[in-house]
Amino acid sequence: MPGPQPVAKPEVMATPRDQAQPLIKAGSSHITDRLFELAMLACGVCVLALVGLIVYELIAKSSLSWHAFGWKFFFRSEWDPVNEQFGAWPFVYGTLVSSLVALILAVPLSIGVAVFITEMCPRGLKGILAFTTELLAAIPSVIYGLWAIFVLVPLLRQYLEPFLAQYFGWTGLFEGTPYGVGMLAAGMILAIMVVPIISSITREVMTAVPQQQREAVLALGATRWEMIRTGVLRNARAGILGAIILGLGRALGETMAVTMVIGNRPEIARSLFAPGYTMASVIANEFSEATGDTYLSALVEIGLALFLVTIIVNILAQVLVWSVTRGMPARGHA
Amino acid sequence: MPDNVKSALAPVSFRRRSVNTLATVAAAGSVVLVLLPLIAIFAYLVYRGIGSLNWAFLTQTPKPVGEAGGGMANAIGGTALILLIASSMGVPIGIGAGIYLAEYGRNRFGDLIRFTADVLNGVPSIVVGIVAYGIVVIAQGHFSALAGGVALAIMMIPTITRATEEMLLLVPQAIREAAYGLGVSRWRTTLSITLRTATSGVITGVMLAFARVAGETAPLLFTAFGNQYWNWKMNQPTAALSLQVFTYAISPFDEWHRQAWAGALILIVLIVVSVTAVRIAAGRGMLKGMS
Repeated sequence: MPGPQPVAKPEVMATPRDQAQPLIKAGSSHITDRLFELAMLACGVCVLALVGLIVYELIAKSSLSWHAFGWKFFFRSEWDPVNEQFGAWPFVYGTLVSSLVALILAVPLSIGVAVFITEMCPRGLKGILAFTTELLAAIPSVIYGLWAIFVLVPLLRQYLEPFLAQYFGWTGLFEGTPYGVGMLAAGMILAIMVVPIISSITREVMTAVPQQQREAVLALGATRWEMIRTGVLRNARAGILGAIILGLGRALGETMAVTMVIGNRPEIARSLFAPGYTMASVIANEFSEATGDTYLSALVEIGLALFLVTIIVNILAQVLVWSVTRGMPARGHA
Repeated sequence: MPDNVKSALAPVSFRRRSVNTLATVAAAGSVVLVLLPLIAIFAYLVYRGIGSLNWAFLTQTPKPVGEAGGGMANAIGGTALILLIASSMGVPIGIGAGIYLAEYGRNRFGDLIRFTADVLNGVPSIVVGIVAYGIVVIAQGHFSALAGGVALAIMMIPTITRATEEMLLLVPQAIREAAYGLGVSRWRTTLSITLRTATSGVITGVMLAFARVAGETAPLLFTAFGNQYWNWKMNQPTAALSLQVFTYAISPFDEWHRQAWAGALILIVLIVVSVTAVRIAAGRGMLKGMS
């Protein structure tokens, strides 16, 4: 008989997930199942609780400084533990400038690496290159710092900084004594550290661009580069922006390598040769010897600001990356 | 042949060809520029590290400034202790949360936990250090290995959680149903069937988390704090390899610089071995889906 039949939908078939439900109930102990679920739930809630704990700890421990200085804390330049006068502006400035230098150096390189690995390089080389760039991400920050102190800084002092001062000194960005240690060194080591992050995520979003896009552009007679530029990069740009912002998030919170080469002086100078200080490094250097509640509280407040900024930056980046990779089945999330 | 077809078949102009070549060279060039520091770091690390590595370094505690010799044996032990504490807390909680997300968390609340885990993953390590200081060091009244372990555990959990979830979701639903069909209870299925099937993938996740925290320094600065002597007690300040490398690197003494390189070499060997082992296991095809 044609036409729809008024058959009652069997409950078991509702959705694949519910399918299991009646089957389990048949021969299992409800209590142990329930207990197990509760135990796993407790672990899940742990994750929530941890973030809650971080927020609570940071807010509670920084309240003293917050009440003493208010919003102005982030725009004042004095950092005088003896007289209990605290302002975080030099650290905010140092964090922003060193991260900016890092991004300026790292972004073109990372996109170049991603383009080469996904679109240009021979198949056999692909895996090796991808693995090697990922290896860069596995090196601990303290080892980057060690290498920077003994290799990068002397190179900067002897060759790169005098060169920059001679030819680009007129910009005002490269003047003063070339110590080696300073904003430029910090920015460069940060750049080396964020390249793997930016390039691996750029690779991921470029892979998400449908193959037909490439074929269509090539069929119109484009050269390979024209295909990459119009067919791939343009389609993936939101995701690439997300990758860059994710790199920024890493650069903002990076501590050890920066602390070891930035010079650790709370000064604001136009020249990139000058030593500086970042939010993360001031916490690293002064936290364990901070005497006085206001001092400690001021350091925690810097930590709170760092936390909030990196969280916002990371969420923004995630949203941008999702906007490109969303339709992709590859990452296997149901 | 019509004119428009002829012009379409005309060879690509010189300008477009040279831009194409230029772009290819630039991309290849950036790969070289990125690999250069990597090679330089490893070469220098091996060169300086091997030269400074000796039996005393592996078996002795640090000597006072000015005396030659001594080693980082206590720091190696300390790192092992801190990582043991961190893993014993971070691994079960991380895997448990992963199981929850994969098996029970296909809902709003699961999404919230998933999102929170990603947030936790992005928290700067120095901030984790502040929190561990707040909840352990202040409560105990002094720096301790436990505080360092707690800080590293907090950093391990989100990585393990997300990796476990991802791996469990790769296990085909049919396998679970087969177990249910045989009358196996749900918790038993999850532990002995689903988790068992995904074991190698979960181990990958754990090793990645382990490698990530093994070299962490910032969260240990004011939790484990460092120690010049042996310590095996959970509630005492403890040396750690990464901390020792940091302290020695910024010191003005050549002898200490030498030891910093040796310490860094040991640290990187520890990490590269675990990452490569994971990579090889992943390449076997058992753990496809992890990136």
